[in-house]
Amino acid sequence: MKEIMDEIDNRNNDNTSNRNDVAPALIAVHPFHLSVAVAIASELRVFDLKGNRSVTLEDDSGGSLHHDLIRAIQFGANGKLFVSAGDDKLVKIWKTDSWHCMNTVNSEKRVSAVAISNDGHYVCFADKFGVVYVVDLLGLDEDKSLINKKATPLLAHYCSIITSLEFSPDGKFIISADRDYKIRVTVFPEKPLAGAHEIQSFCLGHTEFVSCLAFVYGPDYPRGYLVSGCGDSTFHLYAQFQMVHGTSIAVAVQGLPSEFLWMVSGVSSLCGVGSPSLVGVRVLSLSKKFATDTTDEPMVLEDREIPGGEKLLEKLQGSVSIEEKLFPVAAGAMKTAMHNLFTKKQYPAENREFRKRGRNDRKIKQLQHGCCS
Amino acid sequence: MTLLRSPKTPPKPLPFVRKKKEAMALLGLKDMGNNKDDNPKMCKTTGLPRKRFYRARAHSNPLSDSHFPVPLSPSHVDYTLHYPQLFPSPDKVTSSKRIQFADIGCGFGGLLVSLSTLFPETLMIGMEIRDKVTEYVKERILALRLAHPGQYQNVSVVRTNSMKYIPNYFSKGQLSKMFFLFPDPHFKEKNHRRRVISPHLLDEYAYVLGVGGIIYTITDVEELGEWMQACLKEHPLFEALTEEELEADPVVKLLGSATEEGQKVARNGGQTFRAVFRRIDPPSDA
Repeated sequence: MKEIMDEIDNRNNDNTSNRNDVAPALIAVHPFHLSVAVAIASELRVFDLKGNRSVTLEDDSGGSLHHDLIRAIQFGANGKLFVSAGDDKLVKIWKTDSWHCMNTVNSEKRVSAVAISNDGHYVCFADKFGVVYVVDLLGLDEDKSLINKKATPLLAHYCSIITSLEFSPDGKFIISADRDYKIRVTVFPEKPLAGAHEIQSFCLGHTEFVSCLAFVYGPDYPRGYLVSGCGDSTFHLYAQFQMVHGTSIAVAVQGLPSEFLWMVSGVSSLCGVGSPSLVGVRVLSLSKKFATDTTDEPMVLEDREIPGGEKLLEKLQGSVSIEEKLFPVAAGAMKTAMHNLFTKKQYPAENREFRKRGRNDRKIKQLQHGCCS
Repeated sequence: MTLLRSPKTPPKPLPFVRKKKEAMALLGLKDMGNNKDDNPKMCKTTGLPRKRFYRARAHSNPLSDSHFPVPLSPSHVDYTLHYPQLFPSPDKVTSSKRIQFADIGCGFGGLLVSLSTLFPETLMIGMEIRDKVTEYVKERILALRLAHPGQYQNVSVVRTNSMKYIPNYFSKGQLSKMFFLFPDPHFKEKNHRRRVISPHLLDEYAYVLGVGGIIYTITDVEELGEWMQACLKEHPLFEALTEEELEADPVVKLLGSATEEGQKVARNGGQTFRAVFRRIDPPSDA
């Protein structure tokens, strides 16, 4: 009996320690295809597509580069700014022309999502307790010195990990998605430092945690569609924040302003802390897909055909070629980590009494039973 | 371990029945039809459930991942389940009414029962996170519906975490009244963010409350009362009701007296702190 008890305790402890050791590789592409950034573990790797060379990042804000897992990266403000944040509780804002880190904001908790407003005036980031903070960047252009900007809370989802943050293309709304199947659309006010109190709507309908959000828009539909991906393996499409039924995902692909779809798969460490990371970059060409009928698979480009070619792969992956067979292991590790983080815990019923053995009210109940019966 | 009451002992004093006439009428009823002889959880004389069998801890962790069904969206809320007489079947909907009153943390249902007869045309619902207490309220409503045919058809209860899932139950501007009676104070500073009235949660309440809708809060903890008052005052989408409006509103008087918690506070001679605010449409910044 004692062995079973110990094992249950160990299992519970293992879950908590493994939960945050593994982070997926992230990729972000400049809106005008000028550069590609990959984040793996605590490293940011950037490749300049326009100049066809790799980029060395320089940090002006007096600190080092990220020293813990990076959880979110995004380009914003029409490509002028880039933000990265993660488990080291730092939000770093970079200027994309020089790739200097202009500012580092301190967060109280580990950051799970970031977004930049379209005009580049505000950066929003969210933590694992559901609070979305906003930092204003006004005046940072003129003043090269580093002002320690303080973030103020903008809005909050009640105690739920925020998985994704996005601004709408017209800049009027900020969208936040969380682990409790909800997507909240809030009016982004003129003075966001006073908080965003007016909720425009909720996009509901998911049955699992919402894992990602994206806006797709084109010149003929500037308002854009909101696409949300979910842990139950579905996508939802929302137009003007009402769900659109029966619309296939091909519509979303058409709206992308680029002809390439960049994908990254990878994990910060394969087994436990200390072991090496793994990153693989793939590019899909979409223009070829559309020429023929839609049943054709989009073409995965060969290493040589990728914009930036082998130089890019060298920089972003760490090496030109990678061990293909390590990917399933990586995928498995990733799946466990995501599951532990996002999916609601199911406590089995059989050891309920054992788990609650330490609770005070249980002891009192036993006493009462002793007296009355 | 449960003891069935022997016929010789006098019946337990009637608990939650407000009018004496009601109580006497119930005492006269012999046959309730609900196999009351076998069910120890129901009081034989009143037909109402006995609190003793539905005791639960006062606290339930609002952060935990409880597993109860949550409707996908407000249109998925099952009105036929909650209000069977008014919505007999999904296709034969006799009314297009929607829920308008919500009692958040309804406890043992005291307020809902009083409101039901005061507003017989309005649909109302109680939200409670504790499993056993929700069961109690369900039994209570069913028993009252049996005892008073035609009445109490407009009230129901659901087990849910209202702080996480309110947008799943109500669409934008659907509610006209929201009640927060004697909420959990969460005394420690680090737990203040878990309070049911907080600047961030007020955004969600402002979303489900229509313009002109009223939010009622009351507590016997002074620090919490001040906190709730401050949060509501600072929120741009809420304004306080004037003294005259408070006097004129029949619901305000029920806040301190209708619920078991309120009655307990009154018995102990404690003070209560009220904050009643209206949801407004703020003028856009000039």
